[in-house]
Amino acid sequence: MNTKRTRRLTLGAVAAIAALGLAACSSGGSSGSDDTKGSGGDTIKVGFSQLGAESGWRTANTDSVKAAFTKDKGFDLTFVDAQQKQENQIKAIRDFIDQGVDAIAFSPVVETGWDQVLQEAKDAEIPVVLVDRTVKTSVSDPYATYIGNDFEKEGETAVAWIKKNAADAKIFELQGTLGSSAQVDREKPVDSELGSQIVGKASGNFTRAEGKAATEAALQAYPNMTMIVSHNDDMALGAIEAIEAAGKKPGTDIKIVSFDGVRDGLQALHDKKINYIVECNPVYGDQIADLVKKVVNGEDVAKSTIVPDEAFDQTITQETIDARKY
Amino acid sequence: MTGTVATDPTPSPADRARRTFSRLAGHTLFWPVVALVVLLLACGVVSPGFLDVTVQDGHLFGQVVDILRQSATPLLLAIGMCLVIATGGIDLSVGAVMAISLAVSLTYIAESGSGTTVGTALTGLALGLVVALVIGAFNGFLVTVLGIQPFIATLILMIAGRGIAMLITKGQITTVTSPPFKAIGSGYVLGIPMPVVIAAGVFALVVLLVRGTALGMLLESIGINREASRLAGVKSRNITWFVYALCGLLAGLAGIVYGAPTMAADANNVGLMKELDAIMVVVLGGTKLEGGKFSLAGCVVGALILSTLERAVVIFHLPTQVTPLFKALILIIVCIAGSDRLRSRAGAARRARRTPAVPVEVAA
Repeated sequence: MNTKRTRRLTLGAVAAIAALGLAACSSGGSSGSDDTKGSGGDTIKVGFSQLGAESGWRTANTDSVKAAFTKDKGFDLTFVDAQQKQENQIKAIRDFIDQGVDAIAFSPVVETGWDQVLQEAKDAEIPVVLVDRTVKTSVSDPYATYIGNDFEKEGETAVAWIKKNAADAKIFELQGTLGSSAQVDREKPVDSELGSQIVGKASGNFTRAEGKAATEAALQAYPNMTMIVSHNDDMALGAIEAIEAAGKKPGTDIKIVSFDGVRDGLQALHDKKINYIVECNPVYGDQIADLVKKVVNGEDVAKSTIVPDEAFDQTITQETIDARKY
Repeated sequence: MTGTVATDPTPSPADRARRTFSRLAGHTLFWPVVALVVLLLACGVVSPGFLDVTVQDGHLFGQVVDILRQSATPLLLAIGMCLVIATGGIDLSVGAVMAISLAVSLTYIAESGSGTTVGTALTGLALGLVVALVIGAFNGFLVTVLGIQPFIATLILMIAGRGIAMLITKGQITTVTSPPFKAIGSGYVLGIPMPVVIAAGVFALVVLLVRGTALGMLLESIGINREASRLAGVKSRNITWFVYALCGLLAGLAGIVYGAPTMAADANNVGLMKELDAIMVVVLGGTKLEGGKFSLAGCVVGALILSTLERAVVIFHLPTQVTPLFKALILIIVCIAGSDRLRSRAGAARRARRTPAVPVEVAA
């Protein structure tokens, strides 16, 4: 009797969760385009599946995409937020195929598992543009082009600055979430070129709170450090709090090099608390739009486009910071 | 561990010391406390100065102070979780509740446009706590009135809760500037970090509530046998409902204490996996998941172990890749050392060597 009851409850729970999942899907769908008129001479119908809204960077990326694919610029955009679930994303892409869009653009939430849906898009002869992240698939020629940032290059930019400005720094590396491409690729050049100067590493999972905690411990564990290389701005901001709490001056006693270039980070750079920031530019909607246009018109495009990332030192102006939307 | 000069001549000092030791070792908190002390001392040895506490800018400063501050969030979660577990239940939604209460507070402060005033910060705090309390009461309703199993009932909000938080923040990371609100997480009272003061205050209140009255005993009786308790006149439904509401409220407070220093409501990441941390802390503190007897003091020790462990991996210069393994090893050792069965076997073996069998007390 007991097991029967348990089973009934479990079934109920599964049903409830499934219902929640469905609700999530449908809300994701309805948040898409508000014009259903479609059709019309030269407008290009584009389906864009964003992977989610997990960070300030991502929302800036989304805003830039929405601003680039407007009616005035000749696009009819259907935008769907996948809420970081691959099944939502696959469903959205299938919907795009059913609607007969001219092009599909998406930021894959994971690398694998796209074989079938990419094949379907290929069979329907709809070109696919990958944004920000790539895929691994057995489908031949699965996508028309890729556009995104090059984390490894960002790492190299930071290394070059360190070599020039603080060649003998004793570095503590504040790592992002282990295994994420931003952590792996930004760390690669730092390790290979400055390996002997790295006194220690710890992960702050890309968050302010954990970056602060890791730095507090590191200040005790590695008293000889003179520089922190943080894999993103948020952790660097946490590190600043920890360094100040320890009675030292961030940017002077302990230099900080960071990545991303969000507004709070740039402000700290301007306040001389961070020494150098390599940006990871999310605002490339116009470039995506450009690529989509070319692909739809059958023009030749490069297989991959790297979004140029700027880098800032403490000479940054307040205007640059105020112009940041993220 | 050796006793002072023995005045009583009958048992030899060594004998007395051994007896004191075995009585101490029999305490549920013995091994967790040993683990905590060993960890702290090891950190002190590896990194001289680790145990120093100094006064800086008018407040306490040092690694131990940081550890105390970081223990506040897991402790707040664990206190609520501990009471729920005592009734034989579990609350998986606490991590999501953290995200929701923080989202509510910060969204209110952001919308109000007057984040720098104390009034706004306090209203934001109150709103976040009320929403958390309502969610806790909802969990309690599902469990007590509808009779849904606690695991499933709270799983609903564990999954859907983040969606609710996202809805409140409209999928963005809401950031505000509000010094009074920030003070909840990073301020000081008489030189002691605010989170420590809050957690200690909550701990004292809850201990007073459950141990100063019969509530604690009633909780244990519900956890041991709900039906028998009910027949004996214990209002098991109301009491169970109350602890779920309290657990929700404390989770909300934990979310605000955790998120206040950064003042950023990140619906996706705040409190992620923290429900498991809370359960871990409760279990480390010697409370069994099947319900019944519980130890709030154990939660304090458990929370301290957890945050000391986090810190120790950096102090020991461990490569990041092996830190999860190191944490797992320590936790496994503490759990094995605290295992009742292992201990009663070892105890029985020891007694058998010395004296004829003595009746062994059976744990409930």
